[in-house]
Amino acid sequence: MISITTTIIDVVTDNRVYDTYVISQNLVMRLKGPSAEHIFGLDEFGRDIFLRMLWGTRYSLFLGAIGILASTIVGGTLGAIAGFYGNAIDNIVMRFMDILLAIPSILLAIAIVAALGPGLVNILIAIAISYIPTFARVVRAKVMSIKDQEFIEAARAVGASDARIIFKYIIPNSLAPIIVQATLGVAGAILSIAGLSFLGLGIQPPMPEWGAMLSNARTYIRDAWHITVIPGLGIMLTILSLNLVGDGLRDALDPRLKN
Amino acid sequence: MEEKVKRTELLQVKNLKKYFKTPKGMLHAVDDVSFSLHEGETLGVVGESGCGKSTMGRAILRLHEPTSGEVIFKGENILKFDKKRMKKLREEMQIIFQDPYASLNPRMTVSETIIDPLIIQGKYKKSDKEGLQKKVREIMDLVGLSQKLINTYPHELDGGRRQRIGIGRALALNPKFIVCDEPVSALDVSIQAQVLNLMQDLQEELGLTYMFITHDLSVVRHISDNIAVMYLGQIVEKAPAKLLFKNPLHPYTHALLSAIPVPDPDYKMKRILLQGELTSPINPAPGCRFAKRCIHATPECSQQEYSLKEVEPGHFVACSRFNEIKN
Amino acid sequence: MAELLEVRDLFIRYETVDGVVEAVNGISLKLDKSSTLGLVGETGAGKTTLAKGIMRLVPNPPGKITKGEIIFNGKDILKLSEADMRKVRGKEISMIFQDPMTSLNPVMTVGEQIAEVISIHEKVSSKGAMEKAKEMLEMVGIPAERAEEYPHQFSGGMKQRVIIAIALACNPSLLIADEPTTALDVTIQAQVLDMMKKLKDKLNTSMILITHDLGVVTQTCDYVAIMYAGEIVEYGSLRDVFKNPQHPYTNGLFGSIPSLAEDVDRLKPIKGLMPDPTNLPKGCKFNPRCEYAEEICRCQSPETTEVKGIHVVKCFKAQGLV
Repeated sequence: MISITTTIIDVVTDNRVYDTYVISQNLVMRLKGPSAEHIFGLDEFGRDIFLRMLWGTRYSLFLGAIGILASTIVGGTLGAIAGFYGNAIDNIVMRFMDILLAIPSILLAIAIVAALGPGLVNILIAIAISYIPTFARVVRAKVMSIKDQEFIEAARAVGASDARIIFKYIIPNSLAPIIVQATLGVAGAILSIAGLSFLGLGIQPPMPEWGAMLSNARTYIRDAWHITVIPGLGIMLTILSLNLVGDGLRDALDPRLKN
Repeated sequence: MEEKVKRTELLQVKNLKKYFKTPKGMLHAVDDVSFSLHEGETLGVVGESGCGKSTMGRAILRLHEPTSGEVIFKGENILKFDKKRMKKLREEMQIIFQDPYASLNPRMTVSETIIDPLIIQGKYKKSDKEGLQKKVREIMDLVGLSQKLINTYPHELDGGRRQRIGIGRALALNPKFIVCDEPVSALDVSIQAQVLNLMQDLQEELGLTYMFITHDLSVVRHISDNIAVMYLGQIVEKAPAKLLFKNPLHPYTHALLSAIPVPDPDYKMKRILLQGELTSPINPAPGCRFAKRCIHATPECSQQEYSLKEVEPGHFVACSRFNEIKN
Repeated sequence: MAELLEVRDLFIRYETVDGVVEAVNGISLKLDKSSTLGLVGETGAGKTTLAKGIMRLVPNPPGKITKGEIIFNGKDILKLSEADMRKVRGKEISMIFQDPMTSLNPVMTVGEQIAEVISIHEKVSSKGAMEKAKEMLEMVGIPAERAEEYPHQFSGGMKQRVIIAIALACNPSLLIADEPTTALDVTIQAQVLDMMKKLKDKLNTSMILITHDLGVVTQTCDYVAIMYAGEIVEYGSLRDVFKNPQHPYTNGLFGSIPSLAEDVDRLKPIKGLMPDPTNLPKGCKFNPRCEYAEEICRCQSPETTEVKGIHVVKCFKAQGLV
């Protein structure tokens, strides 16, 4: 346990770990199964899978989370504006979103990365843009159902400005679907990044990224099960826990569900 | 309430119209309505669903922007006010809603709900925790809410208490004029009586002027000084409450009053059962809008326009044949 | 007159996470053939639960009829099998619900909806059922041609008429109407009540009318039962209860409605709120809100006693003990 903890600290703080264990190859040890020394075993180039998984969190989880955060903010604002003001504004925003939605999100991401070239920032942009329409739709639908309720009219009647109504009355009441959508979105984004890496457009080798690890490992699936199963399980468990966190967060933020 | 003291005119509505565009044509929700209200007075507005009474209340407060007309509050036409003046004016004109479940933000506690208008209008600074607390407690006392409920959420409370919060929010800014849109319709009878009494007490204590919108005729008779009867966006009769019940002149008022089920086995009233139901307020035909359902209607009724005429002191009616009908 | 329905000592409970809701607590009542009983009470009094109990439609779980008998036409319907009960529902006992907007299926024509009930309970061809459906429509004052139309083409009052036609299609001996006119405007309410009364007389149907509106009761009912917290606190003929109310709750209800005839400056409401049904007060359930309550009311539950003839009341004050 202690060794794991110290390794984690080392990994996060020390670049030497990255250079020596995460990317440097040791072909003698390639494809070795899990052992006490390397708890998740070694990959096709003899690199420690545990450390690569840990390091990969930086890319998979953080890229996913930041990408979704960006699309939540942009998509949410666009959706709120469209839903709140309706008419022409709604039409312009939503038709644009429809165009984005009409392109499969992975295709859109591929197109963006292909146009801008692979790289962390470009992947981030690709992820963020491809998720914007989903958030805009969810938020718009919720805003439209809330804005006609009497408590919004009551706020108007005491002189509240549009901005106050949106931020204090409408957004808190539309949080639940946004949160659920966002956690699902992070999960989806991780899969998208993995998919992009799988196609060779995402994180470039030798940088460790879960999807790329999975992709490279598939050739060896008959000889060494652990190098595919472990990144696969990692992605699965992360997505599962994100969904659970989302459900919990939604319940915790709703005063009606508190006793 | 019958004392003939000339009180100052607080609100005057002139030729107010509110039309909505619908795919089928123009919906005349409020069509050329005029009346005035004195300080401390209660004007009851009755009518069936779809007659435009709620829209009228909201148009006066500019929650729905009126299509045309004038709303003169304390001598000034508020429809000409810019955003800034309108916001300031909201301190003086408030509204209480029908549904105590939908009219409160489910994510705000009792105290947050009451504080919000105070902060919006800049009466208190957000940082002035002590002052705000004091004010909230004062208002909760005023509307009869127990202090221990200060941090509860609306969903934890029953309809009667929620309605008290709604009233508290409206009173927080010390308004002069309150539009009450069916404030007791969603409540049980025993709770309804509690809230009606509270509203009467507050009116006396704070000198409030009410516009009381309801479909319940016994409630409106109880609380109003004057009553306006609306039919398809127009006021068809307006009179002091008791006079209207004693001497209804418009055939629609007649039918409306005779339809009230009176809880007294000895009470026998001749029922005038209206034929058919409300006609559509979309692109209404000219002439009297009630003519199609009126048992006294003559062909002329669907041709001429009728406006309110004073037929005895304080008693206005929009019907050309009321004299013949009476006899 | 012959007896149609007798409810004996009925108890209905709902088991919820917040505790056991005591919805109906020992209700007994009788209803004669072709008479009308008004069941009056506020939200949470247990009126609708009682009606659902008689229809055996209390959702289980969480609801359960824990004790009592419901004798309908000489047999205890609580002992019937579910299959036999289905034959009773719609055929012998019908129910009308409050909201005419949601009680009709939006994708079936109104004619089909009436015909459906008829073909379930009677051996008729689909053509015969449709014929009968059209007759029913005419009877509730809707032209037969409109049988081909869908619910959204009808107004609220018209929809309620269709619902009444469905309820009466098989000529039931008992009709339970749960707030049938609450969602309607007064002039439409007057039309519908008038029609219901005529049809009831014509078809010889008994009716239980559930309402919170004392005015509606006056116009339609022969007998009245006032309900509070799952009990009938007062029962009698319309005249008994309206002209000589005995229970403080009944009096409170009358004091809460603004009168159209007299001028009162202030109403006399009942203080306090309905009790929490998972935690009903000890003794008389009305005692915390009653201005006459004394020690005995707080510890003992009063028995139902006779005032005069069929007029009964459940109150120590009316019994002269307080």
